[in-house]
Amino acid sequence: MQVTFKISRFDPQQEEAKQHYKSYTVQTSPGMTVLDALNEIKWHQDGTLSYRKSCRSGICGSCAMKINGINGLACETQIEPMKKKTIVLDPLPSFEVIKDLAVNMDPFFEHLAAVKPYLINEEPPPDRERLQSPEEFKRISDPIACILCMSCTSSCPSFWTDPEYIGPAALYKAYRYEFDTRDKGSEERLEALDNRHGLWRCHTIFNCMDACPKNLKITHGISLLKRKVIAEKY
Amino acid sequence: MADRQLHKFDAVVIGSGLAGLRAAVSLSREYNTAVVTKVFPTRSHSGAAQGGIAASLGNIDDDNWEYHMFDTVKGSDYLGDQDAIEILVRQAPDVVYDLEHLGVPFSRTKDGLIAQRKFGGHTLNFGEKAALRACYSSDYTGHVLLHTLYENSLKNHIRFFSEFDVLDLIIEDDVCKGCVAWDIRNGGLHVFHARAVVMGTGGYGRAFKITSNAHANTGDGLGLVLRNGLPLQDLEFVQFHPTGLWKQGILVTEGARGEGGYLKNRDGERFMERYTPTLMELAPRDVVARSMQTEIDEGRGIDGKDYIHLDITHLGKERIMERLPQIHDLAFNFSGIDCFKEPIPIQPTAHYSMGGIPVDNGCHVVKNGKLERITGLYAAGECSCVSVHGANRLGTNSLLEATTFGRIAGRSARADLSNIDFSDLPKNPRARAQAEVDWFLKANGSRKVADIRADLQETMTARCGVFRNEADLKKQLDHVRELQEMFKEISIDDKGKVMNSDLMEAIELGHLLEFSEVIVSGALGRRESRGAHFRKDFPKRDDDNWLKHTLAWRKPGGGVEFDWRPVIITRFQPMERKY
Repeated sequence: MQVTFKISRFDPQQEEAKQHYKSYTVQTSPGMTVLDALNEIKWHQDGTLSYRKSCRSGICGSCAMKINGINGLACETQIEPMKKKTIVLDPLPSFEVIKDLAVNMDPFFEHLAAVKPYLINEEPPPDRERLQSPEEFKRISDPIACILCMSCTSSCPSFWTDPEYIGPAALYKAYRYEFDTRDKGSEERLEALDNRHGLWRCHTIFNCMDACPKNLKITHGISLLKRKVIAEKY
Repeated sequence: MADRQLHKFDAVVIGSGLAGLRAAVSLSREYNTAVVTKVFPTRSHSGAAQGGIAASLGNIDDDNWEYHMFDTVKGSDYLGDQDAIEILVRQAPDVVYDLEHLGVPFSRTKDGLIAQRKFGGHTLNFGEKAALRACYSSDYTGHVLLHTLYENSLKNHIRFFSEFDVLDLIIEDDVCKGCVAWDIRNGGLHVFHARAVVMGTGGYGRAFKITSNAHANTGDGLGLVLRNGLPLQDLEFVQFHPTGLWKQGILVTEGARGEGGYLKNRDGERFMERYTPTLMELAPRDVVARSMQTEIDEGRGIDGKDYIHLDITHLGKERIMERLPQIHDLAFNFSGIDCFKEPIPIQPTAHYSMGGIPVDNGCHVVKNGKLERITGLYAAGECSCVSVHGANRLGTNSLLEATTFGRIAGRSARADLSNIDFSDLPKNPRARAQAEVDWFLKANGSRKVADIRADLQETMTARCGVFRNEADLKKQLDHVRELQEMFKEISIDDKGKVMNSDLMEAIELGHLLEFSEVIVSGALGRRESRGAHFRKDFPKRDDDNWLKHTLAWRKPGGGVEFDWRPVIITRFQPMERKY
């Protein structure tokens, strides 16, 4: 199958740099992914194309981008089942573009850090493991699979209108610790959550869940987190 | 004017996988620490590890560290240093508890303890039956360890220089004074002046065509060490993981077999019965990979092709989704297979480097077989060779090694730092790195990085893979040297400074070509079969001549020089390896 890839290009080093599209034609084969096609283009047609990649197996989160209008991982997206003659690739929306498909990830990870995404428990740990039942583990087994690929936050209309909103990924990380029975950090985390750019900025639009390449129940988690904060504080 | 691209830290860690982050978390408790890493930390390849981390917690069965030690020694085909292995297995429970206390979410037993599963080569009572030793978090174990350590790095306010590719180490008179790194995002060379440098730069699966490894796994740290006149150890030992997705090489965890999965040939036969009747599918990886390759070579691959079936259909949907959810997704997304109903097509895939930068048991990088140190330079994890894995690593021992020796590297450096001052930097510490970058940006040859790399990967897999022989290895050694010459005739398209991954890939290929020569030379020199290194022309282990570690230096103009150092044997004398 012959597929045209219309790829968003931007090079800040060019005079009067402007975003534009450039098209490349790739001969696809069954099993070929969007990342494979990007590699094909970079390695054999145009080495100046920039994008991030690493594990190519859906676990590192490097290659999230907008594929025909929907955020997802290039490495997990098979080309032929899409049955498209043209595939448009854009960088993740609402983040500053550094070059071509690579965006500035700093704001995303600053928001993540704001929720204190680590176990807070000042009690001295036991000699062995802290106990946790399989049911208690199950409550956090969904969010711990998050790969921080940014697809969700980038697809969130609330984030588009409020860049200070910490976004679904950071909130889901907060959920992961708030619902971890070993954690005692609720009070410390509250400031980042109970805030006009925090939890209440989520309007349950569900775009994050649609975008998540891991099919995580992000909105569900955020809703439980809202209830928890209301129950504990208000 | 102050040099804004000169940074000063007590400690600089290169690489942000498990080993690097574990070292950094330890160092940051006392010292001003920076992590310099070519990928953003959570993108590191440790996150792709799935099945588990070994520790004889005995949460389910009656396990102890001596069993774990015996299995690791035997698994290493007696090439592992037993003093180092003893450190690894004795610290393992504490290391795992420590990770749990840092917040790692582990799957649990019904009593609330860390859950443990079976893995290849791990046994109770010195080989009697499979042990439940692998602590796991469904099949996301590496991922949750990596993320938890990254999150602890945020807690400890570690400074990250993400997307900075280290191009050179600053070593003078056997003292490491820091490193030089290219800022991938903005361009430019930054100097990191440090009292201690810890390398956690990972492996090099990308030297091979079929590999489980990420694009980033190009063994850059090994190349840096070679270029600084230091040796690499046991590089001929490359692990081929039995279960890579067919054609892709993507990892399918050994945990799939640990949970009860079968390997079947074209006749639907569980062929491991003919090779390792006691442990069956749970024999160590080198043995299983060779058995599979033999089936394939003798025409018993599926449809006579180069793959085998991994069948987990009998485990049932519930157990698969609880214990192996990622495998379900990978099989579906990359092979279009519904693993509830169909077997998964798999083939051996280049997975792990047993060899690496030689270090002593405190993770100090050494410059020779007498274990003389380079002051201020440490290495841990896959890039290093302690050696705990010898000629073949057992599954789940790599996450254990990375976290145990990452912690040891951090602690060693902390202990040493009270006696190490900042040394004066050379006049132009960037000189060599600048020359390298300038050369690539100006190169105007007709050859392409991608072509040379594909050629290297193809031929390494074909001639230096699961089975090896002298003729193939000689041919490959000549070929790698030809490719090194061709590399001098390249050009790259992107001449810019911003996000120039064209430049990065050229730099990575330079490393691949240099240490691949060491892999092949080592494999050619070692005229025996041991662990993952199998010579069809020398199919027996030869303890009289080869129970020793290889040390290899690359001469500046090319060519490899060898020396050897004895294996340290304490508790377990070498014996025949049967499963």
